[in-house]
Amino acid sequence: MSVVPNHTLRIQGLGCERGDRRLFSALDFQLGAGEVLRVEGANGSGKTTLLRTLCGLRRPDEGEILWDGEPLARVRPEFNAELTYIGHLPGIKVDLTPLENLAVDGALHRTRPDADAMAALDAVGLFGFEDLPARTLSAGQRRRVALARLFLMDTRLWVLDEPFTALDVRGVEMLAACIDEHVARGGMVIFTTHQAIRFGSGEPRSLVLGAEGRA
Amino acid sequence: MNLFEVTRRMLRRDLLLAYRHRGELANPLVFFLIVVSLFPLSLEPDPRLLATIGSGVIWVAALLATMLSLDAMFRPDFEDGTLEQLMLSPHPVALLVLVRVFAHWLVAGLPLILLSPLLAMLMNLPGEALPALLASLALGTPVLSLVGAIGVALTVALRRSGVLLSLLVLPLYIPVLIFGARAVTDAAAGLPWSGPLLFIGALLALALTLAPLAIAGALRISLE
Repeated sequence: MSVVPNHTLRIQGLGCERGDRRLFSALDFQLGAGEVLRVEGANGSGKTTLLRTLCGLRRPDEGEILWDGEPLARVRPEFNAELTYIGHLPGIKVDLTPLENLAVDGALHRTRPDADAMAALDAVGLFGFEDLPARTLSAGQRRRVALARLFLMDTRLWVLDEPFTALDVRGVEMLAACIDEHVARGGMVIFTTHQAIRFGSGEPRSLVLGAEGRA
Repeated sequence: MNLFEVTRRMLRRDLLLAYRHRGELANPLVFFLIVVSLFPLSLEPDPRLLATIGSGVIWVAALLATMLSLDAMFRPDFEDGTLEQLMLSPHPVALLVLVRVFAHWLVAGLPLILLSPLLAMLMNLPGEALPALLASLALGTPVLSLVGAIGVALTVALRRSGVLLSLLVLPLYIPVLIFGARAVTDAAAGLPWSGPLLFIGALLALALTLAPLAIAGALRISLE
């Protein structure tokens, strides 16, 4: 893989509202190469809203998001080229097979030079399911199809909303190992979860929402 | 990956999805056929009367049939999260949505054009009107898909948007309807019909350049 400059994501005084309710405000943190941030908080504390705001799917109500020191709106294509987002919705077409789904993801985002969709599906434990319509897969298997993207994309920043949901014990281990490897390569990960996850690299930094938390 | 390859793969995806749902593709076509055939049944079956109203009837039916198929453009993508992935792509979103609209036109607009000679016969339109009907539909239906896509993009986040979508989009279809029906009527009367056709061409050029930007912007708002 080519040598890529290290990127930074910086959040300054970020605040979001939902309806009339203030979810969080004055949030500050910075994420650099090889760092993991775990966002915690009760249901409804704004974790998903924060993650969608970080991706640029939602405009922040106050504050700024800086990518390599530039406001997000000004570096959209460069930022998107380095971003993989997996949200609540798996973002796969149930009428397409896992292989066809990954071909679309590969068209929309930058893939690794050695990207191999079959190997990625094998890595997430979907060997033998490549050519079945995703409609016939279980919720956990569909989530695995979405997660197979992580093995294909050549992106630095992963934003994962509840990635461990619907996964079995082996799946959780597989994803934790995948995140470890990404971080070891200098990647950045922001994720939310309610489960206790053990990473090889130790306990990640955490940001607690709803308690005026700071990372 | 270059933009040509991206376009090719996205178009392939959309056509593949349409093919997997091929049962639904015929619905707007059957609707088109039924609406047009209601007129000879409800009015006097006088061939001269049918020939007079034929151009307008076929065009109105084409508008309504297009309306029926619009929701399929972005709603499924919104509901399964693939729209989020599309919006977070580093490629120009306007181009990606244009591919989506083109795929919609291929499966929903083009069949209407192919079916229209049959309806022209049903409405007793003279043979001279047929080239005008085909040409005006060929230039007009892409405008219907493009303008309709703006409406869908604006209403995709609302749960029950069917009526609202019609109220938003149908008024915007009026210019296409006027010039489309005019071209066919003029041709049937043996008059030159290039004027109205050029107007539809201008509308198409306008929609082709501006609608993708409007669709991309509307989708961004809908996702917030």
